[in-house]
Amino acid sequence: MRSVRALAATAALSLLAFSTIALAGGPKQGGILRMYHRDSPGNASIHEGATYSLNVPFMPVFNNLVIYKQDVAQNSMDTIVPELAESWAWVNDNKTLTFKLRQGVKWHDGKPFTSADVKCTFDMLMGKSQQKFRQNPRKSWYDQVSDVSTNGDLEVSFNLKRPQPSLLALLASGYTPVYPCHVSPGDMRTHPIGTGPFRFVEFKANESIKLTRNPDYWREGRPYLDGIEFTIIPNRSTAILAFVAGKFDMTFPTHITIPLLKDVKSQAANAVCKVEPTNVSTNIIVNSTAPPFDNIEIRRAMAMSLDRKAFVSILFEGQADIGGTMLPAPNGLWGMPKEMLESIPGYGPDVNANREEARKLMQKAGYGPDKHLAVKVSTRNLAEYRDPAVILIDQLKSIYIDGELDVVETANWFPKVARKDYMLGLNLTGNAVDDPDQSFYENYSCGSERNYTNYCNKDIEKLFEVQSQETDVAKRKKLVWDIDKKLQEDVARPIIFHARAGTCWQPYVKGVTVMSNSSYNGYRYEDVWLDK
Amino acid sequence: MFAYLVRRLFLMLVTLFGISVVIFFLLRIVPGNIVDILFAAAGYVDPADKANLEKELGIDQPLVVQYWHWISGFLRGDFGYSYVSEKPALQEILPRIPITAQLAGLALLFSASIGIPLGVISAVKQGTRLDYALRVVSLSGLSLPSFWLGLLVLTASVAMFGQMPLFNPNPQSFGEAVATYCIPAMVVGFRSSALTMRITRSSMLEVLRQDYIRTARAKGASDAAVNYQHALKNAILPVITVIGIEAAFLIGGLIVTETVFNIPGVARFLVEAIRWRDYPIVQNLVMLIAVVVVSANFIVDMLYAVFDPRIRYTD
Repeated sequence: MRSVRALAATAALSLLAFSTIALAGGPKQGGILRMYHRDSPGNASIHEGATYSLNVPFMPVFNNLVIYKQDVAQNSMDTIVPELAESWAWVNDNKTLTFKLRQGVKWHDGKPFTSADVKCTFDMLMGKSQQKFRQNPRKSWYDQVSDVSTNGDLEVSFNLKRPQPSLLALLASGYTPVYPCHVSPGDMRTHPIGTGPFRFVEFKANESIKLTRNPDYWREGRPYLDGIEFTIIPNRSTAILAFVAGKFDMTFPTHITIPLLKDVKSQAANAVCKVEPTNVSTNIIVNSTAPPFDNIEIRRAMAMSLDRKAFVSILFEGQADIGGTMLPAPNGLWGMPKEMLESIPGYGPDVNANREEARKLMQKAGYGPDKHLAVKVSTRNLAEYRDPAVILIDQLKSIYIDGELDVVETANWFPKVARKDYMLGLNLTGNAVDDPDQSFYENYSCGSERNYTNYCNKDIEKLFEVQSQETDVAKRKKLVWDIDKKLQEDVARPIIFHARAGTCWQPYVKGVTVMSNSSYNGYRYEDVWLDK
Repeated sequence: MFAYLVRRLFLMLVTLFGISVVIFFLLRIVPGNIVDILFAAAGYVDPADKANLEKELGIDQPLVVQYWHWISGFLRGDFGYSYVSEKPALQEILPRIPITAQLAGLALLFSASIGIPLGVISAVKQGTRLDYALRVVSLSGLSLPSFWLGLLVLTASVAMFGQMPLFNPNPQSFGEAVATYCIPAMVVGFRSSALTMRITRSSMLEVLRQDYIRTARAKGASDAAVNYQHALKNAILPVITVIGIEAAFLIGGLIVTETVFNIPGVARFLVEAIRWRDYPIVQNLVMLIAVVVVSANFIVDMLYAVFDPRIRYTD
């Protein structure tokens, strides 16, 4: 009798606990998340692309070895958690990074996941395997990895040429999924197979992308959603109207510009909107290999003519960040302190004084009120490039530079930049990981494919190496600030501003976290649920 | 009639050959190719990778060889593979054709069913308030860009009904099916209905002044019989011509309308393919459109001959 009473009491307590959770709004299973997509991605292979148009729909298909915690907005070393790995350890004087892998994980086609898949993926990324990617834009991320070795099915090690603490950060990016050995790169472009919370269903170019829940997902109870459907709507007005009309649960991440955000909020007052930095900087690329910008004085004058606050207030209604190469604090982890930033020529608050100084430099170089310097300001034919380019041209007038806008179609932009067929260019640089190694080596290292200006400073190059090996974060930060300051003083690629953008969702969409220092890493969607 | 048909058919084939050459070489004149765009999207250019990819896609071969591969494949029904999706081009194109065809058909139907009767009314009621009102409507139809009209319709429907007619491949109700196709068709057909109305009006006005119309009235024929049986029958030729030409122009309007209403038809697909320099899609699709347009003109020519016996005897 006593046991029956105990059982009844337990049942009653369980019921009470369950109802309390339900009333408190605990996550619910089911439902399809409907989102619009801004563009039709070229293919479905994350490793072969360099746009978050790929990460957003296909990151849910995959897992990494490690991942930035999906419910924390700011990516940092402290928020990296195991995913396909169960744990990791730095050994051999920080020259080997070893991962213990999760047991029992299966690919979406039922084959078992093993350490061989990890080796295959990274061998391919390093260009060491028979199978090749059609494009491999992040090969340089693994320059310090000498090889990847396996120890049984459940252990894998990255053997480095020298210590590189940031490797873990690179491995945690949305750009670093593990691919299956048994599926060719060609098939991964059209029908990706992963181990992630959602399985790929179909990708109709210019139409839609559909994912469905992976019932065999290794993380129990996840994902909450039955699926995700992306409708491709390149026309921004149509897409936003459709969101306002309730056709979609969520906008494409960071797709709402600051001026448009007001429209959305006025038409869909209940929508939840979040504005965060995208870690995409708008900057000037200068062809320093040919006159007149081979003259450092003219380059400096140009950098000093910038009124960054004007860019930010015109384009972002004040909601963007001014900084150096690295995303400024508080969202950025490595941005220079304000005092240090303002000590860089051109960053001081007195724009008139900066421009007066710049005019003196121009006069020294032989230009003045009677002799203006005519330049072409080249940029891509996209609004986010054109608009700041027009403001730049206006500001350059203040120092005797007459700019003419040279709008270049996307297909011709990089070939033009690569053959140095430009004088000044207005460019956007996205950083997938808020880490100096990703930014410095990619954009400023001698010989890097994405170092469009061919800036090459051997002294700075040595500092890149020093900061990259530094394991003490505080020490590394100081080194990074010094490097960033030097890059701005050298007018290597003057940074104008770091953009912010908005993401909106309907109030019943729960568990969404918009990353605040990268727009490439937060789209696993396994914690998202619909409170309907 | 047979000689006329054969000559028109021959001219049609020559035109199609000319179009194929123009499409092929114009596409190559446009700066940049798919490989440039793929690398642009990745933010870098690696000359070795670029050369490999160009070789893989066959765009490193001489232009004449590329042309021959394409046109011989087209004639055999082998459209090649899309550079972007890596799927057979025909598989990409075919499912989109019915969507655009339905839209175009509905737009033409809307254009003719609204434009012709209103044109007749406007001509018959010449100089009245109704005539002026109809002329204002037709002028606005010609002046309003369809992308603007489309956005206006979408914005209005969201503001007034809290809903918008966004394309759904599997409409749940008849109402949704109507909204999916008819509203965009009306938006795109509005312009051509205005043109049809103006042409019908001016053509009718000319015919209504003819002696045989006066004779018909003198014989006591009713207004409806005079206007629709005697006058319209003779005024319809220029209207048919305009509708034939509009069928070709409709593609331009559909590109915009499909984009605004997010309809996955061939018109929007073509623009995307041009943006990606996806030669197999662009060449084959434009060639298919050319075949349709040239065939439509051929049919119009034949209809001329049917409606006006003088053409088949003198031409």
